Parts: sequence; C-alpha cells; structure tokens
Amino acid sequence: MAQPLLRDVTTPDPVRPLVVKGLTVAYHRKPVLWNVDYTSPEQGLVAIVGPNGAGKSTLIKAILGLVPVLAGQMTVHGLPAAKAKGRIGYVPQRSSVDWDFPVTALDVATMGLYGQIGWLWPIRKRHREAAMEQLRAVGMADLAHRQIGQLSGGQQQRVFLARALAQDADLYLMDEPFAGVDAATEAAILQTLHHLDDAGKTVICVHHDLETVASYFDHVLLLNLKKVAEGPVSTTFTAENLQTTYGGRLAPSELLAAS
Amino acid sequence: MLAELWRFLSLDAGYNAAVVVIGAAILGAGGGVVGCFGLLRKRSLLSDAVSHATLPGIAIAFIALALLTGQGRQLHWLMLGAAGAALLAVLAVGWIKNRTRLPEDSAIGTVLATFFGAGIVLLSVIQTMRTGGQAGLEYLLLGSAAGMLLGEAQLVAVASLVVTAIALLFLKEFGLVSFDEDYARAMGYPTARLDLLMMALLVAITVIGLPIVGLVLIIAIVIIPPVAARFWTDRLLPMIGIAALIGATGGYLGAAISGIRPNLPTGGIIVLTLTTLFALSLLLAPRRGVLAQAVRYLRFRLTIAERQGLLAIAAGQPVLEPLARFRLERRGWVTATGQPTTTGLSAARRTARDQALWDRWLEDYPDEAFASDHWASCPIDQVLPADLVAELDRRVRRAASPA
Repeated sequence: MAQPLLRDVTTPDPVRPLVVKGLTVAYHRKPVLWNVDYTSPEQGLVAIVGPNGAGKSTLIKAILGLVPVLAGQMTVHGLPAAKAKGRIGYVPQRSSVDWDFPVTALDVATMGLYGQIGWLWPIRKRHREAAMEQLRAVGMADLAHRQIGQLSGGQQQRVFLARALAQDADLYLMDEPFAGVDAATEAAILQTLHHLDDAGKTVICVHHDLETVASYFDHVLLLNLKKVAEGPVSTTFTAENLQTTYGGRLAPSELLAAS
Repeated sequence: MLAELWRFLSLDAGYNAAVVVIGAAILGAGGGVVGCFGLLRKRSLLSDAVSHATLPGIAIAFIALALLTGQGRQLHWLMLGAAGAALLAVLAVGWIKNRTRLPEDSAIGTVLATFFGAGIVLLSVIQTMRTGGQAGLEYLLLGSAAGMLLGEAQLVAVASLVVTAIALLFLKEFGLVSFDEDYARAMGYPTARLDLLMMALLVAITVIGLPIVGLVLIIAIVIIPPVAARFWTDRLLPMIGIAALIGATGGYLGAAISGIRPNLPTGGIIVLTLTTLFALSLLLAPRRGVLAQAVRYLRFRLTIAERQGLLAIAAGQPVLEPLARFRLERRGWVTATGQPTTTGLSAARRTARDQALWDRWLEDYPDEAFASDHWASCPIDQVLPADLVAELDRRVRRAASPA
C-alpha cells in the first residue's frame, strides 16, 4: 500500500472543491502529516476527526499556506491552493488574536470583505451593511458595535464565523468552531453550517467531539499523522476505524458514538 | 513672553519659524499615525532600538561628508546615513531572533547597545577632527527646532507628510495584518512585505524627526500619542485620528515654545507636552480612563450592596454591610436605626421577586446565565426578552405553589 512521497498531479479533478495529494508537513523535523491524500465531496459538511496532535489543524493551515509544506499538492476547485487564496473562508481557532485590539465585532466581520474591496480602497457604507447582514445571520447584530474583547467566547466565535461568511467562498475551513462555546452559539453555528450546505458549499471542520460527529456532519476524514479513512459518516465513522485512528485509546462509551 | 509665544503659535514670527512650527506639527501627526501600528504590532521596544541605532549612521555620514566636502552638516545625507544604520539594526534584530534562541527583547537590547556604543565612539572621533561644522551634530541628539535652517525644516515637513500619507493609504491592510496575521495570510495578503513596509515607515518617521526631537527622545513621538489615543476609543480609525491630533499638538507647541526659548532642547519640550496630554487621557478618558473606571466600580459596588441589602430585608434579616446601610438610608428605605420603612419593604419585595427570576434563569439556562454580564446586577426585564421573563415567572410561581 506504500505510495511514493512525491508525485505529479497531472490530472487534478476540477469539480472537487478540495483535492490533497501526498501532503507531508513537519515541525522541526518531526512529521505531523505523512503523505496524506484527500478528496473532498462535491458539497456537504465534513468533520476532520483524530486524537490530539494528529495534524488536524495543520492540515487546514497547510491548505491555507500558513505552515511550510515539505511535499504534496493541494488544489481548490482545480486551482493550486496558493492561487486560490481568498476563495477559502477561514475560521481560525479562537486564540490567535490580541483581544484588546481596537476593533468592534462589525469591524472584524468587515475584514471578510477586504478581498472584494481591494487594495488601498476605503471601506464604504455598503460594505459595512453587507458585514452587518452576516452578523445578523449568526445572531450578533445587537452586539455589532462592541469591542471584540468585550464579547464572550462563543460570541467571538460567531463574529469570526460572520467574517468568513462575508468572504462568500465556496469552500470553508474551520478549526474547531464548536470548541468551548455556549449552547446558543452551538445552535447558531450549526444553523449556519446547514445554510452553507443548502447553498451547495463545502465546509470542512476540525471537530473534537465524537458524540456529535454523526448528527452534525455528512462526511468524515479520520486522521492520525496519516489518513486513516475518508467517506460518508454512515460507512466510514465505524468503531473499527475509530479504534485504528485513536490506537485503542478510546473508552468503550466513546466508541458507541460510532455507527 | 506670552505675546511672543502667540506670535509663534499663530505662525506670525517670520517665514522660517512658521515652516518649523508647521513641520513639527506634521511630524507629530505622522509619528502618531505610524506609531499606532507600532503599538498594535507590539513594536514599541523595537522603535527604541531603531532610534538609538541611527547614531553610528549619522556619525559615519558626517565623517564622510566632512572629508569629501569640508562641510558635515547636510541634513539629507545625515538622514540617509541614519536610515541605513536603523535598517541594519532592524535586520540584525530579526536575524538574531530567527537564528538563535534569544528572546526578542534580548536581541533588541544587544543590538541597541552595540549600535549606540559604536555611535558614541564615532562621535568622539568627530570631535578630534579639524573640519568645521562638528558642533552641528548635537542638535540631532536632543533636537533643536530653533536652530534649524529653512531647507531642513522644509525637508522635515514634506517627508513627514509623505510618510503619513503612505501610512493612511495602507490603513486597512496594516490594520488587518496587525489584528490577525494568519487570517491576512490565508486571504492572500503578502504579510511579510506589509510588515516590512510598516517597519520602514517607522524608521522613516524616526529619522525625519531627528533634527526636531533628537534621537534620544524621538521614540516618544511614536509611542506616547498612540498610547494616549487608545484611552479614548475602541476603534482603529478614531484612534489613529486622535493619535495624530495629540502628536501634532505636541510638535506644534514644542516647536513654538522652543522658538521663544531657543536654548531649551525642543525634544524635551515636545515630550513634556505629549506626556501632559497622556496624563490627561489616562485620568479623564470616558470609558478606559482611571477616573471613569473608579466611578464605574464604585457605582457597581453600590448597586450590588443595595440589592443585597434589600434581599436581606426581604428575608427579615438585619442589613449589616456599611455600604448597603448607607445606600438604603440615603434612599429612605431604612431608618437611622436600621429599621426598614414602608417603601423600603415594598422595594425589598420587588427585588426579592426579581432575584427569584434571576435564580430560576441561572438554574434552567446555566450556560446563558454564566455568559451574561448582567446576572443579578439590574432588573431582569432590562436584560431578557419579555416572553422569557414571563416564562420564568410562571415557573417560579409553579414551584412556589404546591400542585
């Protein structure tokens, strides 16, 4: 089954939102992703599942060009990922920014429109209105003028979601959007994901809660340094595959989550 | 003396003096604008290294000019030398940080000391040279608006204007990179190059300000205005505007005062002006200011004390907390002996009912209640929608009356 590390992608599938071939990433000589192949479904909600340190976030960051890649090719709608920047809606893990920064929720959501506004052009009223629309979609319109640090964790997460929505992308990559959020936020995010799904978009989420995988997502990518399995939740999210992914570190109750 | 100061402030003290005062104001505004990004990008310490690192560049340029032309004081060449040395220092800090395990502040300290030390040695070399004009270097150390030539003042004014304009042009992009670099990169922005441009503007404004503020204090014009401005607003654009205004005021007043007292160092006067504005901002700013925070905290304590006092009354207990006693007495809800009045008793009943609703909410919707900033610090119908309050009320009544 061993595949060669370097291959030529001569025939990328132009239909698929995301195709990854032979992706290998290392931090300080320690591999965190090893020769990962992945082809996303044409649309739908995908969960990336795996233990801590399995390379889930790294996979997203590699696609976005945020970490150096040792080997591999990534295409987004047939384009090399490096050329498709700005066409991927990105919701980062909610920790990487300075919360005392002088921006409001509306300012942050407006950032999603910068690609559309263009270099050096000022932000106009219609842009702010469009961003407001996205805040409304995630239930944050009332708090639009709050400084970002004065929102609760779940509210901050919804603002970052609104920013990604404003990009109006076809492919969305989200890094643990459900981590540590309140019930209201969880419902708002889930509703947003379903809207995106209905609109024919592809949403790929790093997800840590095994119990909700089957109810939230259609497809799953099981990852632990290498790809373990990919496919529809019903056939792929099995107890056997989970055992392989987690290397027997799961309690029997957690395995019950699998179909 | 005041009449004379007014002549400088109203730009009526001659063409030269007017250019100097205007130039200093533009410089201050530019320092404020560029400094905002330096502050938000957490580069304050690096700008200090930049300013000190200009010294050897100035000295080398001076020596070269003196040897080649016999006249060392040619500001544009000295500025080029300063900028070259400053850029070298920035690169050195970056190199040390990336190639070694030293933390950034150690790298900055090392580079700052090395460059400044080299500059001091070169200055003493200049003092032993016979060429004329060496006295002309001191004004770059402490700043001297009064001693500036017309051409120098014009250079400062125009160059500051250019730097400010570039910074404002890239406002949106600089803001994005400063707030969320990863997201900017994921969107396809060349973050490293934008970062470099921000750094270059910081170096530029530092170098341009040397003849007016001097290299020892130039850091103040990129740090104090943004820090002061941050107290007044929670948004980037107003912050930049206020920082520009504070910086311009500092430069304008500083240059005018040094016009009537030419022997005082301009840099010191500008910094003292800026510090005054900073102190006022720190104390008086409406939301983030120290006074406003103290008032808000006291009000909050009084609100909580009042509520807990009323709840104690409703439970038939004595009010012991002095702050609560004070507040309830002032409202006429308890007498001087601590007995609740009629109005006090009805207020207590109202509060107890309100508290029961808050408690119900906390029990039934713990996540939302924990996330709320207002739990039990005001009447519940000010925070929750009417239908939810009505539902909570039904539940409280149901729990109170056995089925």
